[in-house]
Amino acid sequence: MKKSDTPQDPSLLDNFTKDVYYVTDDSGKYVTEKSRGWEVKATALNLTWDDVKQRVEKAKEDYFKGKCSPINYFMENKMMDLNIVSSYTGFWKWQVKRHLKLNVFNNLSEKKLLKYAKLFEISVDELKNPKFDAN
Amino acid sequence: MQINFQHIQAAHCENGVTSNLLRYEGLDKITEPLAFGIGSGLFFIYIPFMKVNNGPAFSYRTMPGLIFKRTCKSLCVEVIRKKFSSPEQAQNYLDECLKSGQPVGCQVGVYFLTYFPKEYRFHFNAHNIVVFGKKDDNYLISDPVMEHPTTLSSYELQRVRFAKGALAPKGQLYYPKIRTEVTDDQIRFAITKGIKRNVRDMLFIPGGIAGISGIKFTARKIVKWREKLGVKTAGLYLAQLVRMQEEIGTGGGGFRFIYAAFLQQAYQFHQKEELLKISEQFTKSGDLWRSAAVQAAGIFKGRITSIIDFQDMGNYLLEVADVEKNAFKSLSKINWKN
Repeated sequence: MKKSDTPQDPSLLDNFTKDVYYVTDDSGKYVTEKSRGWEVKATALNLTWDDVKQRVEKAKEDYFKGKCSPINYFMENKMMDLNIVSSYTGFWKWQVKRHLKLNVFNNLSEKKLLKYAKLFEISVDELKNPKFDAN
Repeated sequence: MQINFQHIQAAHCENGVTSNLLRYEGLDKITEPLAFGIGSGLFFIYIPFMKVNNGPAFSYRTMPGLIFKRTCKSLCVEVIRKKFSSPEQAQNYLDECLKSGQPVGCQVGVYFLTYFPKEYRFHFNAHNIVVFGKKDDNYLISDPVMEHPTTLSSYELQRVRFAKGALAPKGQLYYPKIRTEVTDDQIRFAITKGIKRNVRDMLFIPGGIAGISGIKFTARKIVKWREKLGVKTAGLYLAQLVRMQEEIGTGGGGFRFIYAAFLQQAYQFHQKEELLKISEQFTKSGDLWRSAAVQAAGIFKGRITSIIDFQDMGNYLLEVADVEKNAFKSLSKINWKN
């Protein structure tokens, strides 16, 4: 890529940092150039976030329909999967999977709930009664 | 306490940490591209049975940690690396290093990294930063992908050093120690070693999902994605391909431009005309990766979604594979002796 072709599109990095690109100058020598961002990359990132938002919406719906426990919603909200939740809380994966069921969740001890609450950075009360508008 | 550490922004975190730490040790000839090339950083892999953030797992570079390890080893520089089971021990050790005037590299998770924009914070645990001082409760951080040095509180630093999940850093820290002076001859040797190892990794790695054959494998898979996954999921998968290729810290074009820059700088040490010619081939490959990304964007934006467009996407990657195959073949034919 030539130095003059370095993309300078507005991106989410504005006000944080700039990308360093390796580009060639007029004589063909490699130099570095800073870039604000690239529209193609920004679109890919936005698409990924739209997908995350849809998953969160779905988890919210499932909770209201009584299909899933709130843990499922918080998990999606924090973009975590079973692996990540299991390694932070110390539960086995199959345990976390069980806790996603509403009737199992309702019988969880305070101690176990506290582990989840800590991971999701909320109170146990909020874990039991999620406030959805705060996002 | 603060160490007189020079923060130079880099395209990629591990290259940046490696070259910044080596410069602190007094070895200022190892620039970012040299660190990347000596560490045989260029790679491609698609792991079809693994999922990252609900998408497929791609990587355009070698395993995290290897660039630093290989670069130091090839230059006969000693590496001190420690992992910890308890956060307290990890912090004590770090504090002691800083007290004795030693800046250290740390592997951290990105998700809780407070100075990153929220939109970039995914669960990715192989980011590298340098800690070079402490003021009250704040650690001074040199993150190579940031323009300027920044800070993290001790709680924040502990949280990112003990992020969990795949590739959990476990408080890992490392730094190089130069025992004997690194001569130009040693650098020359390291460059040839790095190139030979990269030729091996790209051309001859068995398995069919990595190296040149990995790129071809991905090309064939992409053509089938439309049928198999539907246009929407296929688009998300392509977005993942582009994100990994152009994410902050790649220098654009999936690291291909950094490698091209490496070959140009290698020419300063080995006067072989071939190096400059082959460098141009990698520039071409990087440009092709970027054209492929534009094609992919057309698909995931929903502008072009017919099967022909997916085939075109696959063809781009086949072309890339061809260019890189020839480039590495030419590299393997260089006679280093005379």
